Amino acid sequence: MSHCLSGRSIDHVVLERGEVAHTWRTERWDSLRLLTPNWQSRVPGFGYNGNDPDGYRTLAEVIEFIASYAKVISAPVRTHTTVTSVRSTDAGYLVHTDQGDWLCRTIVLASGACNIADVPTFANRVPPSIMQLTAKEYRNPEQLADGGVLIVGASSSGTQIAHEIQRSGRPVTLSVGEHIRAPRVYRGKDLQWWMDAAGVLDERYDEIDDILRARRVPSLQLAGTPDRSTLDINTLTEIGVKLVGRLANISENGKAQFSGSLRNVCALSDLKMGRLLDRIDEWAQKNGLDDAAGPPYRLPPTRVEPAPPLGMDLTTGEVKAIIWATGFRPDYSWLEVPVLDRKGRLRHDGGVVSSPGMYLMGTQFMRRRKSALIDGAGDDARDVSAHLASYLGGHLARARALLED
Amino acid sequence: MAETGSSVNNGVNVAALIAAREALTNAPSATQFKWRAACEWKDGTHSHSTVESYYGLDQEHHHKKTFTFDADHPEVFASEDKGATPVEYVLVGLASCLTAGIAAIAQYRNIQLRSVTATIEGDMDIQGILGMDDEVRNGFGGIKVTYKIDADAKREDIEALVAQSQKRSAVYDIVTNPTNVTVVVS
Repeated sequence: MSHCLSGRSIDHVVLERGEVAHTWRTERWDSLRLLTPNWQSRVPGFGYNGNDPDGYRTLAEVIEFIASYAKVISAPVRTHTTVTSVRSTDAGYLVHTDQGDWLCRTIVLASGACNIADVPTFANRVPPSIMQLTAKEYRNPEQLADGGVLIVGASSSGTQIAHEIQRSGRPVTLSVGEHIRAPRVYRGKDLQWWMDAAGVLDERYDEIDDILRARRVPSLQLAGTPDRSTLDINTLTEIGVKLVGRLANISENGKAQFSGSLRNVCALSDLKMGRLLDRIDEWAQKNGLDDAAGPPYRLPPTRVEPAPPLGMDLTTGEVKAIIWATGFRPDYSWLEVPVLDRKGRLRHDGGVVSSPGMYLMGTQFMRRRKSALIDGAGDDARDVSAHLASYLGGHLARARALLED
Repeated sequence: MAETGSSVNNGVNVAALIAAREALTNAPSATQFKWRAACEWKDGTHSHSTVESYYGLDQEHHHKKTFTFDADHPEVFASEDKGATPVEYVLVGLASCLTAGIAAIAQYRNIQLRSVTATIEGDMDIQGILGMDDEVRNGFGGIKVTYKIDADAKREDIEALVAQSQKRSAVYDIVTNPTNVTVVVS
């Protein structure tokens, strides 16, 4: 966004509460690799030119990538500047920070979609002897005592953390709700390559059926591993992870209750993956790629044992830790402008927030399916900065008209 | 959104359901429903239940007529078998809820149904209800529903209908997840 604003000679600052790439530096587990391949980290005027385009950046490499980009484009970043409130004024917005105030005509909220870990309220009934961590707080298995671990959530974070902890020798029970299964590599290409090439990632927010629903879809169950292997629930079952249904409740006496819907959430996910692969196969055929890519195939269905456990006594000492990989929500507690709906979601039309001059960046399906990916920032920033520029232009025209009157 | 001018007709007014969903988005109180039944003991294990009114859309409603249900236990339990057992009503509730969902979702997805039949079976170890073994639960150990569906659609699309119907089913949720139950004596 900063690059696009500079390109339009729009004077701006980028406020950052810590260092550039703060959340990558402070809120990620150690072994995390980017879920998208190196070639796909494309931002305006900057990309990957190393010799491993199909690899996945380590955490350190992601931080380096973002920090270098900030330098390359000379982004006017004010680090260690925490925004404490944003209010409307007659001329725009008043931004309070712990380093002084800013007045601006327009503002872009790029504070992220994953500020607060969404933990169910019944977590307060977890016995105090059990360590609880969110996916943001988890770093590595050594943080945990030896013993059983309950991981709640089987999207991208939950499955990766389950894999790592099970292999550390701590037996993992994985509570599985709705999730989106996906092969890492399909017909010789990264799934992201297919989704990019077939136009899936470019699908626009104003062209799909139910955008509010699309924005709630959990992240693809993908992992960036050096061997480009698929990490799905079957992989976890093979290494000994025990599957249970969605965690429905924890009772007063410390008993976890799991939903009996495990079979169906796995069926839904298998079917959804099948539809994505059907679409890719259709596109490949239409574009004459069948010979190069080899024949289509399907992954075996997710295996679910006949009667998965419906409960777990958390007071026996068997489970030493619970990791909540139950998703995130943005923190808008500092935003004192009435732009949230009754569910606390920002009201916006493709990143144009309902308060004039306010814009959004970097949230799930903001303008395109890829909006939350690094690769989605460029197109979104071009669109949003164009709107912002015309809004400022309108401001100028009105100001001139006033002067001429 | 549902396509207009669709030739598919499963007898479900999906347009009305979609319109209702839109209208209710800004009317949170209207979405609060209360479902009711009344039950009267007759004799032995036989009881007679009625379903007549419900509350929703901010007002009271009445069914077109009062529906009645006799429940009893079968002769193998030394009862007179004057009605289905209560657990069979649970099976009826689950199967009919899933089946209604299949019809509605098929309509929404433009899939013409020709026939839908389901058989449903719940496994129960009666040591639980007889108090013979505390480790055996009273309720079903598991429930299996088997659908036979004839429709203008691929097998995967039919499977997706059945999966989506489970995802949106009230009774499926009731039987797969815990519910707080309060029973008082007035």
